Amino acid sequence: MRTYLRRPRRAVLAAAVAITALVLSGCGSGASSSTSASGGGGGGGSADDGTTVTMWTRAGTQTQTQALVDAYNAGHKNKVKLTVFPNEQYPDKIATSAGAHALADIFTSDVVFAPNYVSQGLWSDITADFDALPFKDAVLPSHIKAGSAEGKVYAVPHAADLSVMFYNKALYKQAGLDPDKGPASLAEFADQARAVAKLGGGVHGTYFGGNCGGCVEFTFWPSVWADGGQVMNDAGTASTIDSPQVQAVFKVYHDLYADGTADPASKQEDGTTWLGALQSGKVGIAPGPSSWLPLIRAKGVDVGVAPIPGVSGGTSTFVGGDVAGIAASSSHSRQAWDFLSWSLGDSAQVGVVAKSGQIIARTDLAANQYAAGDPAVLAINRVMANGHTPYALNFNATYNDPQSPWTSTLRGALFGDAGSALAGGQSAITKSLNQH
Amino acid sequence: MGAAYAVPTAVVVTLFFLIPLGLVAVMSVDHWPLLGRATPNFPANYTDMAGDDLLRRAVGFTLKYTIIITVVLFAVSFGLALLVQNPRPGVGALRTAFFLPTAVGFATASLLFLGMLSNEIGPVNPLLRHLGLIGKPIDWITGSPTTALSSTVGLVTWRFAGFNMLILLTGLQAIPTELYEAARVDGAGRVQAFRRITLPLMRPTIALVLIMMITGSLLAFDQFYIMTRGGPDDSTTSVVMVIVRQAFVKFNLGSAAAISVAALGVLIVLNVVQLGVLRRRDS
Repeated sequence: MRTYLRRPRRAVLAAAVAITALVLSGCGSGASSSTSASGGGGGGGSADDGTTVTMWTRAGTQTQTQALVDAYNAGHKNKVKLTVFPNEQYPDKIATSAGAHALADIFTSDVVFAPNYVSQGLWSDITADFDALPFKDAVLPSHIKAGSAEGKVYAVPHAADLSVMFYNKALYKQAGLDPDKGPASLAEFADQARAVAKLGGGVHGTYFGGNCGGCVEFTFWPSVWADGGQVMNDAGTASTIDSPQVQAVFKVYHDLYADGTADPASKQEDGTTWLGALQSGKVGIAPGPSSWLPLIRAKGVDVGVAPIPGVSGGTSTFVGGDVAGIAASSSHSRQAWDFLSWSLGDSAQVGVVAKSGQIIARTDLAANQYAAGDPAVLAINRVMANGHTPYALNFNATYNDPQSPWTSTLRGALFGDAGSALAGGQSAITKSLNQH
Repeated sequence: MGAAYAVPTAVVVTLFFLIPLGLVAVMSVDHWPLLGRATPNFPANYTDMAGDDLLRRAVGFTLKYTIIITVVLFAVSFGLALLVQNPRPGVGALRTAFFLPTAVGFATASLLFLGMLSNEIGPVNPLLRHLGLIGKPIDWITGSPTTALSSTVGLVTWRFAGFNMLILLTGLQAIPTELYEAARVDGAGRVQAFRRITLPLMRPTIALVLIMMITGSLLAFDQFYIMTRGGPDDSTTSVVMVIVRQAFVKFNLGSAAAISVAALGVLIVLNVVQLGVLRRRDS
């Protein structure tokens, strides 16, 4: 009996060791690559010298970036090589690569995460180059603020994105609403959503990302700002979401979900099927990113664009999108700046960005020839003046991450008891904002 | 000469196991930013764990999940192994069918379940409604902590039962049939044979399977990261998810390393205890 059992036991131990080794070696494989140290930085001569510049961005703003990269590559000796990562994996990718000093020469970032990357020293100081631009004062100020620290500039706007209301003109006509006029207040928005929801047949009044911190801050906060409210202080260290303005905004959306006007799928929407829902043509009116306008139109949905209103009027928007900077570890900083400065110039902003129906990053070019011909784009450009980009060092951990205190707070406020959720959430969010 | 044969293994183990392990230990006693210089801050990374609400809930959830999944997965795997133990017509096909999910990558399997259970695009809710089992669509992933946990238990059982069945099956087949024949001659029934022969002789195999299940469950990550994203309301956030969040969302690599070291300590103790129990019963 003893000899019979001995072998299997040894096998057990051997297997356990083998499994442990496998598990542990699997964990350690991510950080082995390193930056290539080929020369090219420093020295005189033209910055357009045929260097290959690597660039990373996220899928959310891929269309804009790809158009800029293609146009640059067509007219320059330098070649920008773009790699695109899925939105939710992108912060992880930046963090792990930064740890391994393996970042691309240029990498973009969601503008709200920029303060953190600046404070972590991931981007190099481009103040001198930026100040030399003749149009520097017209470059999207809220993005420049997010990409700066202590008077130094580290990142410039790359792809602006604003939150706006999209309403389905065909459904508005069917519901007896004016297809040329969006809501002037959040109360009107709720009335119009309810009118469309009455159509039935799989049509819902509205839709939102109820399991997605980033989606909700992007689309709800403008209503708070429009009412003169704030979600946190300017320094990004104290939350004020237990204010009457925030409570009023959440009450509107809470009631729309409770009475079935909002698509029930809103509760589990974590952002992945958000665009698909708006493209389906079965949603009456919903807030969303302005960059989706061409994508929604491409599916044959005739959408109108209106600014996001406050509960009792006024309008505002979340000036989101991406900023781009040159990695501190890059050895091609001159060539990288050649691309970035070109991308902010007149020909790129009008001839590439505005031409494709996207938001430009220059306030002095707002009245370009492409915007003038499209009322929807004009509506988007006009709302930018009232916009905000919230600033906080700990933005991702506090608001966007699935385990963030904001995500559990907003779910409580939307699907549970709004009052207690916001009161409890305010202290949890303030605590998270102050963790370093 | 013998030592030379061990060199390749020794190099790999040193490079990919011992050095990273040492590095993690060093990181855990430092404030370790992404770029720049690390500064010692012992014992802050360890004492901070006590005040971390999310970590406390994650530990509670991970233990609960480990108990549930170990019981369910073991029962199903052992049941399947007993079912396909003896050669009968069709048993080969059954064994293949049960083992097949193992061939699907775990991340892929998680995405598969995410799609199948989705309210928007999944076929599960329409199917259940068609069969009259449910009145209105169930929100499997984010509806409630219970549905999220049961969906995950379903996924893990589907994905891993076949693999564990295979290990248990090899254990079952290593038991000489003469023992059962002798027992039958002595008048033992099927239940008695199972209790007195199968279970005692299966102990090493069962121990292996349990150690793998418990270790795997305590280190659970993929299924929650992909399918439930730790939700709804952080109810399915595992300890490893907290480690990843500390490292790559909060950029606090020192704190992440400290939690990893603590988790490693717990696993070592647990494995020593499990192997100890097994050894004592043997002798």
